[in-house]
Amino acid sequence: MSRQILSVSPHIRSARTTRSIMLDVIIAMLPALAASAILFGMRAVYLTVISSGVCVLLEFLWEKLLKKPVTVQDLSAVVTGMLVAFNVPVSMPIWMLVVGDIAAIILVKQLFGGLGCNFVNPALVGRLVMMFSFATAMTTFTGSSGIVDAAVSATPLADPASYGWDSFFTLFLGAHGGAIGETCALAIILGGVYLCVRKVIKPIIPLCFIGSCLLFTFLFGGAHPVLQVFEGGLLCGAFFMATDYVTSPITDWGKVIFGVFIGFVTAVIRVFGNYPEGVTFAILFGNVLVPYINELTMTKPLGAIIPEKKKKEAAS
Amino acid sequence: MASKFLQSIHVPHLKNTQDSRPGRLTDVKTVTIPMSMHIGAPAKPVVKAGDHVKIGQLIGEPGGFVSAPVHASVSGTVKRIDDIRLSNGGTCQAVTIESDGLLEFDEHLAPPVITDFDSFIQAVRDSGAVGLGGAGFPTSVKLKVDPARVEYMLVNGAECEPYITSDTHTMVDNPYRIYAGLTALKRFYPDAHIIIGIENNKTTAIGIMRRYTDHVDKCDVCELPASYPQGGEKVLIYNTTGRIVPEGKLPIDVGCIVLNATTLSFIGKYLMTGQPLTTKCITVDGSAVKEPKNVIAFIGTSVRDVAEFAGGLKEEPKKVLYGGPMMGLSMPDMDQPVLKNTNALLFMGEADAVLPEPTACIRCGRCLDACPLKLMPTEMEHACENRDIERLKKLKVNLCMECGSCAYVCPAKRNLVESHKLAKQLLREAGVR
Repeated sequence: MSRQILSVSPHIRSARTTRSIMLDVIIAMLPALAASAILFGMRAVYLTVISSGVCVLLEFLWEKLLKKPVTVQDLSAVVTGMLVAFNVPVSMPIWMLVVGDIAAIILVKQLFGGLGCNFVNPALVGRLVMMFSFATAMTTFTGSSGIVDAAVSATPLADPASYGWDSFFTLFLGAHGGAIGETCALAIILGGVYLCVRKVIKPIIPLCFIGSCLLFTFLFGGAHPVLQVFEGGLLCGAFFMATDYVTSPITDWGKVIFGVFIGFVTAVIRVFGNYPEGVTFAILFGNVLVPYINELTMTKPLGAIIPEKKKKEAAS
Repeated sequence: MASKFLQSIHVPHLKNTQDSRPGRLTDVKTVTIPMSMHIGAPAKPVVKAGDHVKIGQLIGEPGGFVSAPVHASVSGTVKRIDDIRLSNGGTCQAVTIESDGLLEFDEHLAPPVITDFDSFIQAVRDSGAVGLGGAGFPTSVKLKVDPARVEYMLVNGAECEPYITSDTHTMVDNPYRIYAGLTALKRFYPDAHIIIGIENNKTTAIGIMRRYTDHVDKCDVCELPASYPQGGEKVLIYNTTGRIVPEGKLPIDVGCIVLNATTLSFIGKYLMTGQPLTTKCITVDGSAVKEPKNVIAFIGTSVRDVAEFAGGLKEEPKKVLYGGPMMGLSMPDMDQPVLKNTNALLFMGEADAVLPEPTACIRCGRCLDACPLKLMPTEMEHACENRDIERLKKLKVNLCMECGSCAYVCPAKRNLVESHKLAKQLLREAGVR
């Protein structure tokens, strides 16, 4: 007589898997990718595909090398690769992009134990490494064959004062210099809405981040706070980077604190700092604080008794 | 009150058996009746091998205050009394009766004479009633409280587990039994407000219960959202009364008693007929079953016989469950008996018996949104892996009712309930209450 499988309940599981979530994130990034193809030409797409491929390959090789189970099928490396590419200008030499991928996958993700164990966003560290190593290449925003004029050399953020309301639509549609995945606000918002509708992310972090950045830029007297929202890495960061599960708080109140905090830091850097773009630093800064934010916002379970009371009960 | 209902999750309903009339399984050769089908001390056998017994005859007397009597479910000869291994891993004595096929009732059975509260409690005790929703807590022990303390008497007809429809059938097919039970409750707990909680997708049951209770003073049917786990005791109490059972306390400490609808129905039946608990309506379903249906079976009938009665099996099941897929207990083999608190038997075929392999936690926080008690499952799992007793205490893993919502929604397919059970064990071993 055959024996039955014994297992602990529950004996059914939802259809949602890590892979399906990552697939949704990839789908959400496609509008931005399509926009970049139109704005900057097909090289933007090639770079994104290459970056994803390199990330998957790196993860695969690393796991093989260390004789760990291969986890590339969860698609998280594809997401990381796409995000790294989204952070570079279309003219970026491929080998430099690969350096960013190595930093993201090996340095940040795998060295800390793989998916779920990294404490900062891999793609953003990839960006940071490239920013410090290849400062010129990272800030040369020239279109190759797209509609963005090769003459556009810097992001509008570098000189926000020169921008007026008439350029709002240019900004919203992304027809200006910038990193591949960052310029088209419309496409990014489309992707963000998709993520929210599919319940992949909650809108808490993006809304708090954008709202607080807007508020603090205004309070600090930064130029055109509303325009700044639609420019640079803010939207891309808010929807695709700051919402990274692993490096954002798990509680709802934690997400609020996190969003407001990185919005504040972004505004500070944008208004007072030397870098025109503060999103990368702000999110990385926020990432580091996540364990503390989680601790601070621990939920109060239903019926839980506060420790002092409990000790008394145990004593009696 | 922050929100009217606690957070819950959507699980597939799979109520395939809700429209079919239950079939009665009477053709059994032997029954094996364990002496421990309840929480508390096992019953002590009062028969010996060779004795002739009839249906409803006492074969095991309560082994303590928190205990329940056990009765013969068929007429015939006691073949043996020996130890059997139950699915929960424990061992207990069991009385095996060979049926004579006559299904004769014990001629001494008569409706109990009830004069006062004590005789009511005694009747409930003699009936062998235990929590039939699955918990198996002796009902008389639960009811034996100062009636003045009972502000709410909650009847749990939520039946939130996928597949299971036996409680619904009890409410739809035998509402007069529930009515008889309610009448007794009204008599002995006059101050209590009776609330029957039913998920809002069970419209027939809600309609029938409304019709039976419309004219009854202080008795309402409360429609609950059709989401899991509405039937969890603490969840039901909060969702119907807004009250929170504090850590380490019982529902009665907040003026509530929760009775499963089938338990109440059985008590009603016993008060009218004096027939102790010897049969049980069970939902038989799962991908390996040919004809999913509800079966009224004698307690002690082997799971294999029940499967045969439900048209047999399409394939050799890989996993067989007592109860629903969310909280059910998997059994080692199909020779296990039907217990008092068995409300479903699920036979899962190859396709759904094997669970997906867990992958790394991505800290998405879905488990936090799923937990009805607002615990932090992922943090508890982490603390458990680290054997961090202090942290487990802080995270209140002891409150976890193991409903499985967190593990169900987990995209990484972490075995969170397994971890929480282990964590609670760690706390017990560390002497934490």
